[in-house]
Amino acid sequence: MAETTQIEEIKPPITDVGVIGWLRQHLFNGLFSSIATLLILGFLVRVIPQFIQWAFIDSVWFTSGQECHQAEGACWSVITQNIRFTIFGYFPYEHQWRPLVAMIILVGMLIYSREWDRWNKRLGYVWIFALFVMGLLMKGGLFGLVPVESTKWSGLPLTLLLSFFGILASYPLGVMLALGRQSQMPIIKSLCVVYIEMIRGVPLITMLFMSSVMFPLFLPEGVTIDKVLRAQAAIILFTAAYIAEVVRGGLQAMDRGQYEAAESLGLNYFQMMRMIILPQALKIVIPPTVGILISAFKDTSLVVIIALYDILNTTKSVLSEPEWTGFSTEAYIFIAMIFYVCCFSMSQYSRRIEKQLEYKHTPNQES
Amino acid sequence: MKLWKSLFIGCSLVAMSAGLAFADNGDTLKDVQAKGYIQVGVNGDLFGFGKADQKGVWKGLDVDTARAVAVAVFGDYKDRLRYTPLTAKTRFTALQSKEIDVLTRNCTQTLGRDTSLGLDFVQVNYYDGQGFMVPKALGVESAKELGGATVCVLPGTTTEQNAADFFRSNNMEWKTVTIENTAELSQAFWAGRCDVLTSDASQLAGLRASAPKPEDYMILPDIISKEPLAPAVRHGDNQWKDIVNYSVLAMINAEEMGITSANVDEMLKSTDPKIQRFLGVSPGNGAALGLDEKFAYNIIKQVGNYGEVFERNVGVNTPLGIERGLNALWTDGGLMYSPPFK
Repeated sequence: MAETTQIEEIKPPITDVGVIGWLRQHLFNGLFSSIATLLILGFLVRVIPQFIQWAFIDSVWFTSGQECHQAEGACWSVITQNIRFTIFGYFPYEHQWRPLVAMIILVGMLIYSREWDRWNKRLGYVWIFALFVMGLLMKGGLFGLVPVESTKWSGLPLTLLLSFFGILASYPLGVMLALGRQSQMPIIKSLCVVYIEMIRGVPLITMLFMSSVMFPLFLPEGVTIDKVLRAQAAIILFTAAYIAEVVRGGLQAMDRGQYEAAESLGLNYFQMMRMIILPQALKIVIPPTVGILISAFKDTSLVVIIALYDILNTTKSVLSEPEWTGFSTEAYIFIAMIFYVCCFSMSQYSRRIEKQLEYKHTPNQES
Repeated sequence: MKLWKSLFIGCSLVAMSAGLAFADNGDTLKDVQAKGYIQVGVNGDLFGFGKADQKGVWKGLDVDTARAVAVAVFGDYKDRLRYTPLTAKTRFTALQSKEIDVLTRNCTQTLGRDTSLGLDFVQVNYYDGQGFMVPKALGVESAKELGGATVCVLPGTTTEQNAADFFRSNNMEWKTVTIENTAELSQAFWAGRCDVLTSDASQLAGLRASAPKPEDYMILPDIISKEPLAPAVRHGDNQWKDIVNYSVLAMINAEEMGITSANVDEMLKSTDPKIQRFLGVSPGNGAALGLDEKFAYNIIKQVGNYGEVFERNVGVNTPLGIERGLNALWTDGGLMYSPPFK
């Protein structure tokens, strides 16, 4: 009979567990990793205390420009003292609650719509109503609201407006262009190819210039089209071409069998696309689509070039005042934060929808 | 690539000919009166000339010029002006395409612009020129002593070209530091990255005011280029051009005659026939322009004479702190001169 003796359990060496183990595994795992860690650490030690000193300890928050020049640290006053012009630009001062409410409605609606199972007809009507209210708040003219011309729309509301409608309208247009490019009909196909390639062949700045500088020259005498609308159209047309190519990728990634199965069920082209192909294809391409939408959002700041005052341009305008010249770092950090928050929310938003779509194959009309 | 290029050139040609074709058919005044407001193109980002304050109220020398035109046409300027901020690139097309009726956006009058762009410049409302700013520590008294200097300049502007011409024609060595944006340009200058900063004199004064220690810097007396800044209208509408022109001149003439917004009511009682004609007490001028006889009176009363407008927006008591210099009346050694109002 063999004797069984309890062998003492050997603990892992102290260098492999706990804090030390974690450090070793993640930060000092090999020569290269150790060097990288030390370099980054050294960099952070040099930079972070200085930044904190500048941004928080020595900074001033609610002073005039003159006092800012005396301060050692950051002059956040450039933001706090000019916040209303930076955010709302030329919108009449006493009516600036209107774009504020409009923006709150927009953000609220977007947050509410983040759950996929809430997307139904009723939500569609609520959206239409909300858009109407937002338009009314911005434009005025009804219910005793003072009319405000669109030339006075500026700042953050303009940025959100251009990007929201840019994204909203360019998406279906892009899907249609992608379908057109896949089409068997030669005229439609070549039109779509020409359109997509032409738009992708020119930079957005050119499109904006065309819309703001050349296009009005071709209009008949006395006809003028709103400047914001022209810029909006340029952004939509531009983004749509890029979306089209991404969606085409999705369509091509679909298995041939899906098309054949749909056809063998006797579905016609539109039914096939609506019920079988697009719901799957569009889901595949959510990540690259969101990439394009995020860059479209950032591209809206190019309207600077045609003298529309989006939030970047109102900031520049504030900085051109002698009192505030020289505090561009602080002002641009603030703008960068706004853009970061918007872009990061967009990517989170899309990831959420993507996840919800993963295991539920909801039949949907348009995703 | 070639195809695109030729396509682009084709488009530009069409646009240019369209621009010429858009020369005005001569009823801007009627249009403006019918719609009840004047659309005016302004800078938007130039403090002292055209820029909105924190409440979105427009201020500046160019803005006041536009106000004078509105007052001449309507008798007041409140709600009579719609401002369109324009970039240097879009300003002339906006005028050609009738997006605006008058352009008061610190535009330098040049022969090329006057002829080929289908527009007309009127009376200059500000004589600018390019100058240099140096730290006092550099010990330089004149731009001629700047040989070998490092110069901060905005890229691709006439400013850069003017500076290059100046240094070459004086056989001086120089190095440039080009930075895209005025705010960053001045930062680089304060930080000592260059010895000299060059820009339009009107801008230099404002930049100096924004320095950490303004008293350490000085603007050299040399002016190396001519920049007459004038309002512009479409070519071909002579009546409208006259109205804009004489609205500016009325402000200058009032200063010559010593009429200000404060004393204009008293001046109505003046027995001087020149003043009587100017203020419309004895009629004639208004009808000749197709305006109210009191147009000059209204301008002075509501906007002020040229001196008042200058001091209010860019003068020595503003952050820009600009001396009258070339913009003084001809009687004070400047260039501001008005033909007689008769």
